Amino acid sequence: MTEIRGLYTLWLREVKRYLRDRARIISSFVQPLLWLVIFGKGLSTFVTVHANLTYPQYIFPGIIGQTLLFTSMFMGISVIWDREFGFLKEIMVAPISQFSVFLGKMLGDSTDALIQGTMVFVLGALLETFLGISLSLSVFLQCLPIMILITFGLVSVGLTVASLIESLESFGVIQSFINLPLFFLSGAIIPLSGPGVPEWLQIVSRFDPLTYGVDALRTIIGGKAWKPLYPLYFNITVICIFDVAMILIGTLMFSRRK
Amino acid sequence: MHKPFLEASLLLWLNVIALPKVTILENAIETNELTKCFNGLVAVDKLTISVEQGEVFGLLGPNGAGKTTTISMLCTILRPTSGSARVNGFDVVKQATDVRKSIGIVFQDPSIDDRLTGRENLYMHANLYDVPPSEQKPRIDRVLKLVELDTRADDLMRTYSGGMRRRLEIARGLIHYPKVLFLDEPTIGLDPQTREHIWAYIEDLRKAHEVTIILTTHYMDEADRLSDRIAIMDYGKIVASDTPAKLKDTLEGDVISIKTKDADKLSSVLTGTAGILKINKVEDGLDLTVRGGKALLPRIVETAAKNGIFIESVSLREPNLADVFLHYTGRAIRAEGSDELHGMSAIRRRQIK
Repeated sequence: MTEIRGLYTLWLREVKRYLRDRARIISSFVQPLLWLVIFGKGLSTFVTVHANLTYPQYIFPGIIGQTLLFTSMFMGISVIWDREFGFLKEIMVAPISQFSVFLGKMLGDSTDALIQGTMVFVLGALLETFLGISLSLSVFLQCLPIMILITFGLVSVGLTVASLIESLESFGVIQSFINLPLFFLSGAIIPLSGPGVPEWLQIVSRFDPLTYGVDALRTIIGGKAWKPLYPLYFNITVICIFDVAMILIGTLMFSRRK
Repeated sequence: MHKPFLEASLLLWLNVIALPKVTILENAIETNELTKCFNGLVAVDKLTISVEQGEVFGLLGPNGAGKTTTISMLCTILRPTSGSARVNGFDVVKQATDVRKSIGIVFQDPSIDDRLTGRENLYMHANLYDVPPSEQKPRIDRVLKLVELDTRADDLMRTYSGGMRRRLEIARGLIHYPKVLFLDEPTIGLDPQTREHIWAYIEDLRKAHEVTIILTTHYMDEADRLSDRIAIMDYGKIVASDTPAKLKDTLEGDVISIKTKDADKLSSVLTGTAGILKINKVEDGLDLTVRGGKALLPRIVETAAKNGIFIESVSLREPNLADVFLHYTGRAIRAEGSDELHGMSAIRRRQIK
């Protein structure tokens, strides 16, 4: 029971902190809005990336993936923040296992990231006609499990990296070395398979876990118009393996004792 | 009768019947040559201490003496490089979880979540330390009352003053009824009035709960006022350990402080004078440890005048712990401490109203 209650209380803390931060919630609407409206709609007359999908239709699942990625990585900051402000010590000396500490934090941060991801859906639904996409509750409910799986892995990456980083300033490094490469290589905003795409780029993109997440989301949201890169079960399997690996690595990184 | 049977019955008698009658009061803390090195630098050097249950034990020393490192090892945050330590009978390496369950810690740096309310911080702690849900509310109400924060409990921590945060941290450390409470520099960076307040709480705490307290401090007055026993720590080693009164008695006499610019010259002319036990050079003159200070004082002034040494001021007093520290280490304890917090906590402490 100790472990479960400890886990629950750590989860609750992350969610409470997030929900109290009004500025963060409002700003989380803005970035996807800019991507969808300015980038997506703006480029739609110039770019054709897919035979059956308009550009906004193509990038909408990608922007969900991007929101989950950026939010998850940003959540890693909370570890550095906790360390700088000393709160991490309170958790680290508590008599619960390091696995529970990691899991509690990971689940809390994932909940926050998923709220952000859900907001992109809400945004998409509000702009349905403007962007020319079609969404429904059933599509959302089908996407949710995949979003959850993607988020677990990405948040674990964020927490792992944050536990390796010494200070808040160097967290900017993550932006250059993790966020943007994973984003660009996932096929979120440009197709990275098929004719015309350099082979090295196609190969590199296969090492990006987000590739499988975005493909899975696109398979569900795009419906018959989208020809999947991989079968859905394959995408889900890859993401699950990524999750398990990252949770284990994250727990190890967290439990290092000097 | 067979010999093995005799042995077995003797063992049975010893273990089951005879020995349990002898109640051995286990020490709260027991360390054996506890050592911690950081990249070849020895922070704690073969520390052997024992603290009895119910004692307030003060670790006194300048910043960097190894006090916090010692506490960190006892709290299982740091792994000892060598040696061993037991807290409440549990080994700090092999039984870390049991140690953690049985201790409360108030860290030197702030360690509360300022986006949560005081009460939320306490509930979180109660859950982390497996306090049964039905007992959480009464215990939390009680500790909040103890530190007089019951009226502010539902405000966000960020609206608390430095002293209030400290009191909440002390309250938090008590919710799970720890047997040993670690207080690492409990009043660092706080104003005199708040320090007085917190000292009063710590004294109340002793009476209200049967708790062993390990206190680290670089404030002499704090160690003197609160501790039953003090260990003076310097460069990772214990240089002296006893009750505050006995430590002061080891100086066997009074202290004469002389303020003068010619400290070296005065030191050489006074060397060998009957009654002067020890001459220590301090920042603006000399501190003399003497026997029969009242009689000696005029002689010293006379000698100085005869040798053309100008004395700016002179005072005679009973020895305090600062003198004890000087006596054992040959150096004055550095008093600047509030600026020694690192990183964000330093910034934060400055922001505290």
